[in-house]
Amino acid sequence: MGSQSYEDAIEALKKLIIEKDDLKTVAAAKVEQLTAELKKVSSLNGKSFDPVERIKEGFVTFKKEKYETNPALYGELAKGQSPKYMVFACSDSRVCPSHVLNFQPGDAFVVRNIANMVPPYDQVKYAGVGAAIEYAVLHLKVENIVIIGHSACGGIKGLMSFALDGNNSTDFIEDWVKICLPAKSKVLAEAESSAFEDQCGRCEREAVNVSLANLLTYPFVREGVVKGTLALKGGYYDFVKGAFELWELQFGLSPIRPI
Amino acid sequence: MALTLCGRARRLVSATSIYNHGCLQRLQQTGSDRFQLGEAKAIRLLPRRTNMVQELGSREEFMQENIDTETSYDFLDEMRQRFLKFKRQKYLPQIEKFQALAIAQSPKVMVIGCADSRVCPSYVLGFQPGEAFTIRNVANLITPIQNGPTETNSALEFAVTTLQVENIIVMGHSNCGGIAALMNHQNHLEQPSSLVERWVMNGKAAKLRTQEVSSHLSFDEQCRNCEKESIKDSVMNLITYPWIRDRVKRGEVKIHGCYYNLSDCSLEKWRLSSDKNSNEFYVSNREIWS
Repeated sequence: MGSQSYEDAIEALKKLIIEKDDLKTVAAAKVEQLTAELKKVSSLNGKSFDPVERIKEGFVTFKKEKYETNPALYGELAKGQSPKYMVFACSDSRVCPSHVLNFQPGDAFVVRNIANMVPPYDQVKYAGVGAAIEYAVLHLKVENIVIIGHSACGGIKGLMSFALDGNNSTDFIEDWVKICLPAKSKVLAEAESSAFEDQCGRCEREAVNVSLANLLTYPFVREGVVKGTLALKGGYYDFVKGAFELWELQFGLSPIRPI
Repeated sequence: MALTLCGRARRLVSATSIYNHGCLQRLQQTGSDRFQLGEAKAIRLLPRRTNMVQELGSREEFMQENIDTETSYDFLDEMRQRFLKFKRQKYLPQIEKFQALAIAQSPKVMVIGCADSRVCPSYVLGFQPGEAFTIRNVANLITPIQNGPTETNSALEFAVTTLQVENIIVMGHSNCGGIAALMNHQNHLEQPSSLVERWVMNGKAAKLRTQEVSSHLSFDEQCRNCEKESIKDSVMNLITYPWIRDRVKRGEVKIHGCYYNLSDCSLEKWRLSSDKNSNEFYVSNREIWS
């Protein structure tokens, strides 16, 4: 459709009108509609996005409406933090836990990465995640770790689309999303014939379960869960339907019984 | 008094309150389709249609079945309150915007911030859903490409190459626990014993520069300086990624640094500029808002 130049397109239209005179009114209406659309597009592009102005406006609003209206809270927060929750959420711009779960400053220690994944315990690789969990569990002594997946996740879509056979097309993305390969295998085994979108939806939830299980490979997490000082929860935010689901991972040792 | 609900009423079981004789009372589920009126407890009006998890019955019944997980009921309650507040105050009033976002996101900004509970970039910088792709880790550290994969650089790659964000903001903050751990760590020759120390040692260069010029200052003041130096290092490490460096050189991506001081609620921000002729990068457009 876009193969003709502007001049060629106009010429073709003129030729058609000469041949079929009664198409004049139709053509006029369509050209009018096109002109209006293009005007709208050009006016939007005129207002270019200035990130500095945007964050200045955001910060000034925050200071005026939140910080200055609650000096007691912010005074305490300046001394230290003691959040009850640690949250793993996706880096997706649409799922910030401060909005979706209304977390206020001081409520939740939040880690955000692609597809909210937790890799298994490793002293060397992906040490950043381990550091965050260690800080939250041992220093901040959070009571809950919540992993929140979401609908239409690009990372999970990548996990389901990439071949992940070692021939990587990206520098880091494929290496990262293959953390939740067990979720992909499970979904393909259970729902091989379902539509791709449906498979992605299942994988988004299964990936949370894989990450929850990976949490247990961290010794300090396992200790906290067995002692009962730490709980592991999974969540799923569906922004297509406007819904939220919640579940938990139960892990413990039953009392010893002589048989 | 026992009620049997059937059909549509049963499917609306998530509405857990009914008006009876002019006052609001809770429904207690005593079987899969049986309910009885319980005492009016904390009265909450739930929206008629909610997709939240099904009502679990009264607290006592739940506790009986789940005696080991005492905190679960309260947790569920709390999360429900939080989500419904978001849904009522933000999601439903702007439903068209959220439906458009559900189809695709096109944020113009990527933010790398600290996981600290007090410095959520959406909160402090006012980003609304859809505006900023956000990475949060301990002490907002970005490691150079030669250090290999981290969870941060896979997210960087996605945001820059797939989402094609136009701006990258690295946001640090005062009173950072990660930086304090870095400044506290004594013996650099030994392998760090904890995961936290191992991770924050990525900021070693910032620590050394800080100690060179501010060893006469108090520990707290040194930490403030190190926090700022670390932001600069993270920004420079962004440039080690070729797909970022190329875009910055072409003017397609702009990089900004930000430091949020949470004691006095001030924000210092600056831009990373590059000289078109040379390969130099330098700090410019520094401003402080307070």
